Amino acid sequence: MGQIKLEKVTKSFGDVEVIPPLDLTIGEGEFTVFVGPSGCGKSTLLRLIAGLEDISSGQITIDGQDATNVPPAKRRLAMVFQSYALYPHMSVRKNIAFPLRMAKLDQAEQDKRVEQAASVLNLTDYLDRRPGQLSGGQRQRVAIGRAIVREPAAFLFDEPLSNLDAALRVGMRLEISELHKRLATTMIYVTHDQVEAMTMADKIVVLRAGHIEQVGSPLELYRTPRNLFVAGFIGSPKMNHIDGAEAAKHSAKTIGVRPEHIDVVDGEGVWQGTVGVAEHLGSDTFFHIHGTGIAETLTVRATGEVDFRHGDRIGLVPRADQIHRFDDQGLRMP
Amino acid sequence: MARAVTTNRKVINTAFAWGIGLLIFFPILWTILTSFKTEATAIADPPVFLFFDWTLENYQVVQERSNYARFLWNSVIIAGGSTVLGIIIAIPAAWSMAFVPSRRTKDILLWMLSTKMLPAVGVLYPIYLIFIELGLLDTRIGLVIVLMLINLPIIVWMLYTYFREIPGEILEASRMDGASLRDEILYVLTPMAVPGIASTLLLNFILAWNEAFWTLNLTAAKAAPLTAFIASYSSPEGLFYAKLSAASTMAIAPILILGWFSQKQLVRGLTFGAVK
Repeated sequence: MGQIKLEKVTKSFGDVEVIPPLDLTIGEGEFTVFVGPSGCGKSTLLRLIAGLEDISSGQITIDGQDATNVPPAKRRLAMVFQSYALYPHMSVRKNIAFPLRMAKLDQAEQDKRVEQAASVLNLTDYLDRRPGQLSGGQRQRVAIGRAIVREPAAFLFDEPLSNLDAALRVGMRLEISELHKRLATTMIYVTHDQVEAMTMADKIVVLRAGHIEQVGSPLELYRTPRNLFVAGFIGSPKMNHIDGAEAAKHSAKTIGVRPEHIDVVDGEGVWQGTVGVAEHLGSDTFFHIHGTGIAETLTVRATGEVDFRHGDRIGLVPRADQIHRFDDQGLRMP
Repeated sequence: MARAVTTNRKVINTAFAWGIGLLIFFPILWTILTSFKTEATAIADPPVFLFFDWTLENYQVVQERSNYARFLWNSVIIAGGSTVLGIIIAIPAAWSMAFVPSRRTKDILLWMLSTKMLPAVGVLYPIYLIFIELGLLDTRIGLVIVLMLINLPIIVWMLYTYFREIPGEILEASRMDGASLRDEILYVLTPMAVPGIASTLLLNFILAWNEAFWTLNLTAAKAAPLTAFIASYSSPEGLFYAKLSAASTMAIAPILILGWFSQKQLVRGLTFGAVK
């Protein structure tokens, strides 16, 4: 259960086409992440799947059944919103029970399932509170609880962690991943944060202006980005892009080297530069290198504590087997 | 930085506010005072303010001459009925305008409000004829319908403003949770909009209570509410100021008391959406 298929799906708002014809299959039990910069149409795509927006043309099937004109309430999908969208006038218990009440389950069954969900999500002590009396992380858990009680065909997450602070975000990320492992239900997760995408996804769908730029596993996208956009979007810090003579040496329009694939040497390297800002994180050190003559700034990631300071002249050695080549269309060259 | 307000300034502001307040309240106060005077004192020149022989005679006469309770009951039915009926119709209307607006929604809202700009007397004739045809003349149900229609634009407009403040995502969440449109409005939207709905109810109840044009023109004896009760004491041939005042005081007392106890709701209702 939980296969979702989009065929030639489009969406226009007035004369503006936000999703050009798009095909995508989300496999059963898969954790799929839609990722892209803001305004790329990832949330719209999720809302089309949810049924909260009508598609302009095309077809959506869920588990082999045409769901194109099925209202959201009948699609057997559960959604977790960015704003949590809890019912402020209901207690946590009633919030979680709401989908069950709508499904007209008997009271005993409702209570049982709410208790179960609450214990999984550590909410047992808060069942009688109102959402307004909870912290951001607890509210997010209630929203997840409300989604899991009805045992849906798939879960839809719309940037669920972006309202949480950094520490909580890491914790919730793990919780959602664990939830997926345990439930093995299809999950579609929208985020603009490529770290969330890389760490959680079985499959990443990279979107730009409503187009799918690439679909693949996190490491596929990391190792073989199909074009410059995906190359720049996946990976942190961003891949360095180098044009001109240096790229021509590799018979390409542009070459890309990830910061972690450039080694820093004291003395002569393939490229030379001056350390601008050095960010010492302990586990890693990021150098922003100026004056290389090949690109305005090169970012280099060195493992551990590397003691170069602002203004130091250093040599850089890219790993030959980690140079990505792109043609004049920005597409990957074999 | 908070603006520094000197004590002097506060005193002046307070005095000014009290001045305006008393100015607005004075006619009501005068009416109440007059209702306790004899007819002779009521028209005395120069007028007497507080030092006269207080009497309840006017109230006795008014009560003997007409059945206050019946007028009161008619007022309650007409104002209450039209308000409740209006709310029931306006909630779905405001829902659709606030959460699934079309390109014309703003125009429709303005158009609805524009009907309030038409002088009521302009449609008196056709409505009077329709009422005769349908046998609605001098019936409470007829007045409930007319007052509901008269106030509907305001009810829709007010509810629309409140609903706009409710995040659409919460309603979408209920849809994802399997709620039908009815469930969504009943279990999610309405409870969240309770403060707004309460102020709308209150304001429209007061508007309907005070409405005089239609209630006077479309009723005779049976369905007449308190406005007709007051009017029956103002006659061109002889003015009985004291009795008219007693009748007026009795007519406005219930709504004045209601207004007093619900001031907070009312003020919030009238300024809602204006500041955020």
